[in-house]
Amino acid sequence: MKNLFEQRKKQISGFKTLLNVSKHLFAKKEMPNDVIHVCATCHKASTLEHFQRNLRVCVHCDAHERVSAKDRLHMSVDEGSFKPLWNQLTTSTKLDFPDYQKKLKEARQSTQLNEAVLVGEATLDQHPIAIGVMDANFMMGSMGSLVGELITRLIEHACEHRYPLILYVASGGARMQEGIISLMQMAKTTQAMKKHHDLNLFSIMVLTHPTTGGVSASFAMLGDLTLSEPSALIGFAGKRVIEKTIQQSLPSHFQSAEFGLEQGFIDMIIHRHEMKSTLAYLLLWSKGGTHETIRV
Amino acid sequence: MKLSAYDHVQIARDKDRLKGLGLVHALCDEVIEMHGDRHFKDDPSMYCGCAQIGCHSVMIIAQVKGINTADNVHKNFGMNQPEGFRKAIRAVKLANKLSIPIVSIVDTPGAYPGLGAEERGQHSAIAHCLYAFASASVPIITVVLSEGGSGGALALSIANHIIMFEHAIYSILSPEGFASILYKDASKSKEVAELMGLTSYDLKAKGIVDEIVDESTSMNESIKATRHKVCIQLDKLKSMSQEELISQKEAKFRKMGSDYGH
Repeated sequence: MKNLFEQRKKQISGFKTLLNVSKHLFAKKEMPNDVIHVCATCHKASTLEHFQRNLRVCVHCDAHERVSAKDRLHMSVDEGSFKPLWNQLTTSTKLDFPDYQKKLKEARQSTQLNEAVLVGEATLDQHPIAIGVMDANFMMGSMGSLVGELITRLIEHACEHRYPLILYVASGGARMQEGIISLMQMAKTTQAMKKHHDLNLFSIMVLTHPTTGGVSASFAMLGDLTLSEPSALIGFAGKRVIEKTIQQSLPSHFQSAEFGLEQGFIDMIIHRHEMKSTLAYLLLWSKGGTHETIRV
Repeated sequence: MKLSAYDHVQIARDKDRLKGLGLVHALCDEVIEMHGDRHFKDDPSMYCGCAQIGCHSVMIIAQVKGINTADNVHKNFGMNQPEGFRKAIRAVKLANKLSIPIVSIVDTPGAYPGLGAEERGQHSAIAHCLYAFASASVPIITVVLSEGGSGGALALSIANHIIMFEHAIYSILSPEGFASILYKDASKSKEVAELMGLTSYDLKAKGIVDEIVDESTSMNESIKATRHKVCIQLDKLKSMSQEELISQKEAKFRKMGSDYGH
């Protein structure tokens, strides 16, 4: 009888061990996010390396995920050609809105950028350009005094050197913490765009996720050509504000790049893999082409 | 007694306060209204007209709220549609072609955030309205009458001279919107109004507006003072060349938030 108990005890403990082992084996593991990337759209996983090599486009569903300014530059211009301008500047510490300096500091640390835009000159397929790249990871790419100033300086630099202008836009709009001065950046950047147009220079805006508010209502809509990445959010007012105003829910593709194309505000939606070659084509086209016949 | 920032907000929004159309008729001796954006329709919340102020022909471009509920429904509570901005662009281009000065009147809670407005490109309409004002080489005088809400207000305010009524407000967003974005709580609008620096005194100190219309006596007196100020500026600005007008305007906005080294 005692033996029987012992035997049962052994069986149970063996079973428990097995259970623990299997728990360990089949438990939902925390995905190590430095190795694996899980797509926010289709929830399928791929290796981070594969995802990065695919220019941060999901290998399963083609969703275009957010790109940092540095990665964007890397995939957009000729290797090693980017010369940053005024990138050492940081937003004035005199701006004392509660928590603003703290938020700026956090954003600088997490993005390793001084502000939400990187500007400079570069070549794209050997064409010299003035290029600005916004980063939505930095306080939603919002436009405060320094972002407005850098974009304005970039456009003025383009005017001075007669460069075509390419701006990758990613911004939620004007930066609330800087109040009316942020609003005035819309006027400042618009005036700069006017100068660029007055000199008959070529400008292309590439709208990426998101392009809204005071940025979509100023320089982002003032290029000669407006391209966009697939599914990017592009609009003026926030969706929640609109729903509250009109008291009804909005169609799913509302304010998407596809919606903007349909409504006539975007020239073309370009896959990230094709963006650089498309821009190169347009730059060449804007100069009237080459003397060589392009073979098809 | 000193008024709080939120007191100014409430005075600016008072339903009995003078509205844009009232100011148009008080300022101008004669005016003939223009309608329509020539693309889609007419926006009754944006009033454009060929006006006469004293001896000056001017182009009036005014944001107009309604004087009662029915009128407000018709005028969409002063919230402009893209068509309103496109009508304003037409007016700016006409004034520019004929070398006639522009007087704009700002009174809007903001550009209308609606489904149709997005479909018809509110962003693009505002951007191009800014561009038109920036490009005009005629004198531009802006009068901020009551509510200067966000991009919708800025769209009429790239001006050589900006006059602001004492109790008017001008801000990046309504205090309610500002509170709900930054604090996720629209009821904090009273406190944030103080932080936003949206009163005429704050904006004068920052160099955003050039002068303030005193409102300590009566609205009639304020209107008279406004007309006087507008006439003085018309005389002054009309003596400047087109290049001078453009570069004065450019320099003024170029230096806003530009206090950075190289």
